[in-house]
Amino acid sequence: MKIKVIVTLKNGVLDPQGKAIQQTLNGMNFGNVEDVRQGKYFEIEVKEKDEKKAKSLVDDMCKKLLANLVIEDYKIV
Amino acid sequence: MRSSVIIFPGSNCDRDMDVALKKFGFKNQMVWHNDQYIPKSDLIVLPGGFSYGDYLRCGSIASKSKIIKSVIDFANSGGLVLGICNGFQILTETGLLNGILQQNKFLNFICSNVYVKVKDKQNKYFKDLKKDVLELHIAHNEGNYFCSDDELKSLEDNNQIAVTYCGVDGTENEKTNPNGAIKNIAGIFNKNKNVLGMMPHPERMIDKYLSGEDGSLFFKNILDNFK
Repeated sequence: MKIKVIVTLKNGVLDPQGKAIQQTLNGMNFGNVEDVRQGKYFEIEVKEKDEKKAKSLVDDMCKKLLANLVIEDYKIV
Repeated sequence: MRSSVIIFPGSNCDRDMDVALKKFGFKNQMVWHNDQYIPKSDLIVLPGGFSYGDYLRCGSIASKSKIIKSVIDFANSGGLVLGICNGFQILTETGLLNGILQQNKFLNFICSNVYVKVKDKQNKYFKDLKKDVLELHIAHNEGNYFCSDDELKSLEDNNQIAVTYCGVDGTENEKTNPNGAIKNIAGIFNKNKNVLGMMPHPERMIDKYLSGEDGSLFFKNILDNFK
């Protein structure tokens, strides 16, 4: 079963890459771009048929490795 | 004094560290990340570099290496653990040190000499150090130290801030902050001050033919405090 995870920076944590992307978009005449936050996306193939169990496993993975909870939040989608 | 330098795939300051430690009289051994045990040591060093190509987050993969359990046990039993640059990043990812090193504020890789102020001398690394400001070298893309407000307060209350970026005269401000680190932090201790992580490289400042010798003071001081 494939589980998808999105890891993003927490609100309030400076995201210089997002800022640079936003400024570039503004410079390309996408003037209505007010903010960009960059994140990470994972597709994890888990050998597990029960969706609840698979998601709970991935949740543990997020806490232990995929996200650093000091600055990042994660969302299993 | 016996030391061990851990080599991870992608470490590139391991040999420099070995040369520096031996120059001042440490009996140093190199230890591979996939080993389980560390030889009897008084100091363990996690060197600089780009362990695992900085994949996922700097230091995150190395922090799950086979050898790390021994490093954590050693630290928790009071042993001296020093992480330089990528080593500092690995220490934060293991949880031995608070916070995280984020990408530099202006998205540039910085390679230059900097001055750092020694903020605490009640520890085995800096006790009786003759200078308060050291000239050291930094080379990193992710050195922008960040932690939560609560963690910062706790670092300050327990004097866990080890070194901060400053001017030649010790001034700390935005101008003397190369990477955007919170409170100009260049290095911190754990609560017991036996674990030290810092971005600057003392091993690059150990000879008059390099760009300075303040790193020599650092290593000699650790040895003097051990005697």
